[in-house]
Amino acid sequence: MSPSPTQRSAPPTRDAVAPDAVDLPTGPAAAAILAAGIGCLVLGAFALAGDASPTVGRLLTVYRPTGPLSGVTLGAIIIWLVVWYGLSRLWSGKRVAMGGVNLAAFLSLALGALLTFPPFMDLLQGK
Amino acid sequence: MEISLRDLLTVLHGIGFGAILLLAFPVMLVELTRMSTAGGRGPSRREHQLLLLCLSGMAGLAWVTVFMGAYVIYPWYRAKPPAGITDLAGYPQRLLMSSPTTTGWHDLGMEWKEHVAWFAPIALTMVAYVFAKYGSALFKQRQIRAAVLTFAVVAFLAAGVAGAFGAFLNKFAPVRGGSIIQIMSEKSR
Repeated sequence: MSPSPTQRSAPPTRDAVAPDAVDLPTGPAAAAILAAGIGCLVLGAFALAGDASPTVGRLLTVYRPTGPLSGVTLGAIIIWLVVWYGLSRLWSGKRVAMGGVNLAAFLSLALGALLTFPPFMDLLQGK
Repeated sequence: MEISLRDLLTVLHGIGFGAILLLAFPVMLVELTRMSTAGGRGPSRREHQLLLLCLSGMAGLAWVTVFMGAYVIYPWYRAKPPAGITDLAGYPQRLLMSSPTTTGWHDLGMEWKEHVAWFAPIALTMVAYVFAKYGSALFKQRQIRAAVLTFAVVAFLAAGVAGAFGAFLNKFAPVRGGSIIQIMSEKSR
């Protein structure tokens, strides 16, 4: 049986099924983006602190077989999630200027990446 | 044919999880760019769901990979040999640091990899969340889109650095040992 003319000519209903094509407040995205940048920065800062100071390195050793890396990673994850939660509460349903948020997030990300780079770590420690 | 438990888990970490993650990145980046800049139209519901599934899977895979690397493989890598031992084959970090021609693989390779790898799951979780939250509205939010794509690229680079150094480290000082798993007996061949 051939399809009816209506079935044959039906256009794809792409826009009709698009789920979120409305203007949403930027707050939730801003919170997630800035928190991710801060999480990466904290990870880099903890990595440097653990490398530079044996005392901090011991404090960061929450799981002995992994050593200071355990505290660096778990600490950064906890701070990232807490910051995300806090910013989400603060900016929930609000319109946040994304220019400043992106700048802060990108700077945090770049600095965090630099702090994980061993030659840069050594440079900061005067090694 | 047999393999040690540590070899098997290292392969699972690097090739089973890490390599699959790296292979998925280019597809994800292309699709994310295409869908969020689709000429003023958002993705269809099905496209949105598929990419969200892909992004969530990648974020999950990235978390499993880094946790397995840091809490299962890394302790074997950094194990300290007992005093007086001369064969360092079972102590990869010490083996690398025992020679000036290989110490850089630890000092630069492992020291960088063990930290920067964590950028990938953090960034991917954010990317998946924002895509889930905004979906087709991303194409209207230029600055959010820019941040999402930037973090996705950084996640790719971080995973690439970790994966590449992981492959080299395992070549120069493989993590070996543990119980032996017989994959195939000589008789069955």
